[in-house]
Amino acid sequence: MKASLQRLAERADAEGLLDVAYANVDSPFGPLLVAATPRGLVRVNLPAYDPERTLEELATRVSPRVLEAPARLDDARRELDLYFAGKLTEFDLPLDWQLSDGFRKKVQRAIARIPYGQTRSYAEVARSAGNERAVRAAGTACGSNPLPIVVPCHRVLRSGGSLGGYGGGLPMKEALLRLEGSLH
Amino acid sequence: MTALPPFQLLLDEHAAEVMGVLRGAVGRTDAEDCFQETFLAALRAYPQLDDAANLRGWLLTIAHHKAIDHHRANGKRPVPVAETAEVAVEDPGPADDGIWELVGALPPKQRAAVALRYACDLPHAEIAAALGCSPEAARRSLHEGMKRLREELA
Repeated sequence: MKASLQRLAERADAEGLLDVAYANVDSPFGPLLVAATPRGLVRVNLPAYDPERTLEELATRVSPRVLEAPARLDDARRELDLYFAGKLTEFDLPLDWQLSDGFRKKVQRAIARIPYGQTRSYAEVARSAGNERAVRAAGTACGSNPLPIVVPCHRVLRSGGSLGGYGGGLPMKEALLRLEGSLH
Repeated sequence: MTALPPFQLLLDEHAAEVMGVLRGAVGRTDAEDCFQETFLAALRAYPQLDDAANLRGWLLTIAHHKAIDHHRANGKRPVPVAETAEVAVEDPGPADDGIWELVGALPPKQRAAVALRYACDLPHAEIAAALGCSPEAARRSLHEGMKRLREELA
């Protein structure tokens, strides 16, 4: 049965019927679910969130043609493995931003430009997204980042230097900052 | 309208049953092709589906149509006598309740008649058309197949 299902995923992909491919990827923090459309990576689900709900959201918001097809996520898996091993400082993956819009999307794109090993405050991120007074909205945009880790919202801290929040839990945020050498 | 669940969920829940029904309907060798055709057709139509209430029934209906197409395509050919291609080579799926395994072990004509009657719910005349034989012959194959199943289950 496994071989039949794998063949089905390959044929669906070849016929353009694989709108959302997903895979489970191991990480030091627990299993991540990563999903991609033909345009690029569309969602990274952190271990703190129920992957089944995330799949339902993808079915509703992107397309119900959601299939487990790990082959389509080989690049993402490889880069994430290297990142967690401390051997990759910049992701080079096509991204599909369709789950973001408006100011949130601007904020998330600004976050994507924060270099490895550096941090920014919510206020700085709001400014580089084009509205320095929208600090609270910038915080919300961090919280609704559909592509955590790859779009590094863990690099955004409070102005005083305290951690702020993180969807994957503060221990994970701390561990990622420590991995990148920006927290000792 | 109920939201359509991720298609993967349909596979997780119903793929084994669909495969079991198809093995009964067309035999092990051809079940794989029918299985692929069934789920590709389902995947093609899925986003436009109006009603998510009975996805299992929807999938089984598609599977039945694929099985009928298969029999129609083979209807004009002589029914193979040798059963070498019918030897079991795979484990049955876990959702298979066993009855389709017995059906799958019947001689080809009996097997097809039973599957078309009970899995696809076809009347005798259509079974005859699908198998390319007379209604009497279809009725006889069905009768013999059912008799054999009763003996196996007794």
